This record gives sequence, C-alpha cells and structure tokens, in this order.
Amino acid sequence: MNDSSTLARAASADTMRRNDLRARGHAGFLAFVAHRVSGIVLALFLPLHFFALSQALSDPRALDGFLEWTRRPAVKFAETMLVLALAVHLAGGVRLLFVEFVGWRAEWQKTAIAMVAGTSLACALLFALNA
Amino acid sequence: MTGAQPLEPLAQAGMRGARYAAWRFVLQRASAAVLALFVVVHLATIIYAVRHALSAQAIVARMHANVFWPAFYALFVVAVAVHAPLGLRAVADEWLGLRGRATDAALAVIALVLLGGGLYAVASLAG
Repeated sequence: MNDSSTLARAASADTMRRNDLRARGHAGFLAFVAHRVSGIVLALFLPLHFFALSQALSDPRALDGFLEWTRRPAVKFAETMLVLALAVHLAGGVRLLFVEFVGWRAEWQKTAIAMVAGTSLACALLFALNA
Repeated sequence: MTGAQPLEPLAQAGMRGARYAAWRFVLQRASAAVLALFVVVHLATIIYAVRHALSAQAIVARMHANVFWPAFYALFVVAVAVHAPLGLRAVADEWLGLRGRATDAALAVIALVLLGGGLYAVASLAG
C-alpha cells in the first residue's frame, strides 16, 4: 500500500466521520431518537399503569394508598417525565403521519420539529403546574 | 409460456413476507392515527384530573358516569396493544438485532399482556 492511498483512505474516513456527526446533530435525527426513547419508556410504563389501576377491583383503598404515594416530589417528577414522553410521542407521531401521508418539504421539517418540542413541553408544564 | 407459472417456494415465502410487512405498516399507521385522537383526550383528562384532586373515587365515578369512558378506554387499550408491539419490533430489529420467529412470538406475548392487562384495568374501574 502506498502513502497516497493510505492518506486518501484516512481523509475519506475523516469525511465519513464528520458527515456522521453532522447527521446525528440534525434535528431530524434528534426527533427520531426522541420518538424511539419516548416509545420505549411508554411501553415499559404501561404494564405498571395497568397493574396500579387494577388495584381498584381488589381493594379501592390500595389504589388510594398508591395515589398518596404518587404525591411525593420524586414521583411527581417521574410522572411529569411520563407526560412529557406521551406528549413527545404524540406530537412526533402526528408529524410522522404528515411526512408519510401528506408530504415532505425539507424547509418545513425544522419548524415542524420545533412545534413538536414546544407543544410537548407545554403539555408537561401544564401537568407539572397543576399536579 | 402458457398461463401463470406456479411461484417457487422461496418466491412464495418472499411474497408472504412482503404481505406481512405491508400489513404491519398499515396496522402501525392506522393504530397511530386512532391513538393520536385518544392521547389528546387522555392528556386533557390527566390534566383535568390532577387539577381536581386525583382520587380512586373520582376515577371510578368517572368510569361509571356513562358508557363513553369505559368504551373509550377499552378501544384505547386495543389500539395500544397493536401499536406498542409493532414499535418494539422495530426497536428490537434495528437496535438489538433481534428478529425472526422467537422475537415475533415474544412480541405477540407482549401484545396479549397489554390487551389482557389493559382490559382488566378498564373492567376493574368500570365494573
């Protein structure tokens, strides 16, 4: 292997790495990660949610005891994060349905993602301020 | 060549795979569209409920008030039981490299657990 091909390969690897980082810092990639992570969080939470609500059948006082436990600040914070995850997944999902079934315009995407972020944060804040 | 030739077994399997993929796509988007509406109502209910002192009594009273809420939450559970396993399937495939029959069987179990657990919770509150 001669020097120039080694250099060319190194330069190409460097370009790929830079492109990779650029792609990963892109709003679209952040939206993808947010949708994935919020979806996983919600899927993990759902069985616990159903279990807690089922307590009403066996013992209504158990459900009230559980609701009492949720008034702790740390639990309130976790609940706010769950509401945020739900709102992020909802708003991000509506954006995806628009992209897939209405149309994709490159110049709209950053605005759409910013709207998703704004709406989700507003929902979480509305919950946190009322909880 | 006269008439349609029977497909090779491999091609048949490929066609079947493509059909399943198309069904998964349609089910994921259809459940997403339904859930979009349900989650808006659910978020509004959550914020209303915490504003008016959340209690077991209040939840049960709401679920007994009329048939709308139990029906709403039962349909919500069905849509979630379709949507969540299909989403997890993509995560398992792309992030964990898990695919194939065992993965699909595990996801089917998750779907049934969500469906059963969710409907049981709705019945607990509405019954």
